[in-house]
Amino acid sequence: MSSAENPIFSEARLAEIKSVVERYPAAQSALLPVLHMAQEDFGYLSMPVQQLVADTLAVRLMAVREVVTFYTMFREQPCGKYLMEVCTNAGCMLNGANELAAHVCETLGINMGETTPDGLFTVTEVECAGACAGAPVVQINNEYHEKVDAAHMDAFIADARGQGGAA
Amino acid sequence: MISADPSKVTAICFDRIHHPNQHKLEVARANGAYKLLPKVLKEFSSEKIIEEVKTAGIRGRGGAGFPTGLKWSFVPRNTGKPIYLMCNADEGEPGTFKDRDIMRFDPHLLIEGMIMAGFALGVRDAYIYIRGEFLHEANVLNAAIEEAYAANLLGEHILGTDFSMNLTVHRGAGAYICGEETALIESVEGKAGRPRFKPPFPAVEGFYRCPTVVNNVETLSTIPAILEFGGAWHASIGVANNTGMKIFSVSGQVNKPGNYEVPLGTSLKTLIEEHCGGLQHGSLPKAVIPGGSSSPWLTAEHYDIPLTFDDLAKAGSMLGSGAIIVMDETADVLAVTRRLAHFYAHESCGQCTPCREGTGWLERVLVRIENGQGLPGDIAVLEDAAQYMAGRTICALADGAAAPVMSLIKHFPEAVRAGIVEKAA
Repeated sequence: MSSAENPIFSEARLAEIKSVVERYPAAQSALLPVLHMAQEDFGYLSMPVQQLVADTLAVRLMAVREVVTFYTMFREQPCGKYLMEVCTNAGCMLNGANELAAHVCETLGINMGETTPDGLFTVTEVECAGACAGAPVVQINNEYHEKVDAAHMDAFIADARGQGGAA
Repeated sequence: MISADPSKVTAICFDRIHHPNQHKLEVARANGAYKLLPKVLKEFSSEKIIEEVKTAGIRGRGGAGFPTGLKWSFVPRNTGKPIYLMCNADEGEPGTFKDRDIMRFDPHLLIEGMIMAGFALGVRDAYIYIRGEFLHEANVLNAAIEEAYAANLLGEHILGTDFSMNLTVHRGAGAYICGEETALIESVEGKAGRPRFKPPFPAVEGFYRCPTVVNNVETLSTIPAILEFGGAWHASIGVANNTGMKIFSVSGQVNKPGNYEVPLGTSLKTLIEEHCGGLQHGSLPKAVIPGGSSSPWLTAEHYDIPLTFDDLAKAGSMLGSGAIIVMDETADVLAVTRRLAHFYAHESCGQCTPCREGTGWLERVLVRIENGQGLPGDIAVLEDAAQYMAGRTICALADGAAAPVMSLIKHFPEAVRAGIVEKAA
């Protein structure tokens, strides 16, 4: 079975990649889109996944490495099933983001940047999410939660745990 | 409906934004989207469009405020190379969140603006560079683009004319610097987003060294109205040299944070008190960041300032992207500055030494001051570091990093001094 340690793109994915490549003057332009796809498929960008992307686009592995390590959304390590990204930049900070972040960490019993031992939750601090009217903002698996308070996060966590982690 | 009488215009980019399902082509069309497009493609010349945009006086809504028509006129048309159009939807400047609303609620407005711009510039392939976090907005745009292709508004021989254009959404992946136009181009080339030396400017040598125009979402979304009502119409909204409506993203300590589209020249006080429901605490702001986190701060002294590119520049700051972060009397200005310093240190791409080293210095010194462990002379260290970064790098990130620190020292020296241990034990 295809995994981050032994990755293979599906036929459908390869067809999609081909159509993305055609939209640009050169294949390397498709690197960010294909890395997003790979992360979606395999959970994170392990070295075998990065090699697969390099081979698929016929670019050097180092070109892939440079991009993966430059952009913060690309992850070289697995994260929890629910990735909670708390914005603590100015607009959110002025509306209680630090207190919210501390509450979430305390509730989960982990430090910022860590994953719970059951593999369910990862909490990270992120830069401005571009939704400051909804401060404080927390992105959970790419979905924006706005005007978030401690009760909202508590309910989300309880709900996620109740489902035994089923997304 | 946008009024043909410039004195009665209440919105341009947000005119149709509140209609339910405006993101769907059928609804957008019923509300007037693409109405003018056939006429533009069949009757307008490239020169006429660029002339109207010049007459309109619109200045780039992404931050730099460069006149859009002038930027378009720099594109060489006879090099034999393809000409590219890139929409900058990176929206990374802390405090900015306006383009997101255009894209998620009225994507066809942006698409129509890009078709018109692409037609004027002779573009075959256009791209929307959207920040990676805006996955929902990218999905909305992709669905809208798909509908536009199916309706022959994009693709080959648009509406039966000789004009053909492709439009592709390109997602970033979490790098503030990619909002800088040459870093954005590097990113679409599949590389790390490190800004390029200028000149050559992208209009001459951009994407794969071909002429490339990079315009902000709000700028491009204004083009349909300019072509419908004319450049002179647009030029009579706002004030001289600062024409048109502008979306201000207001956040921080106000009662009703949000996006507000008002004529340029509206005062900061009017915006905060009449539109944003006033401050959370007190009657005067402690500090206001007027144009995104990279702009120097204003204080209550400038509460009445007209919001224009020129007035903000005269006050030693900038209008930027129109992102206003308000701090009321309860704000911890030192903590905000330290947080912004962390942001710039994290986002520095690292290719220029003054920025790579300087942003880290600023953060480390501010952290120790915040912890009450500042050293005598730290104010001079901050001033030195900020001063030697600004203007000495390839792009303006270092200037942006220096701005909040210089503002803090200028307006709130007592807040800095309170964290400095006068004599070493």
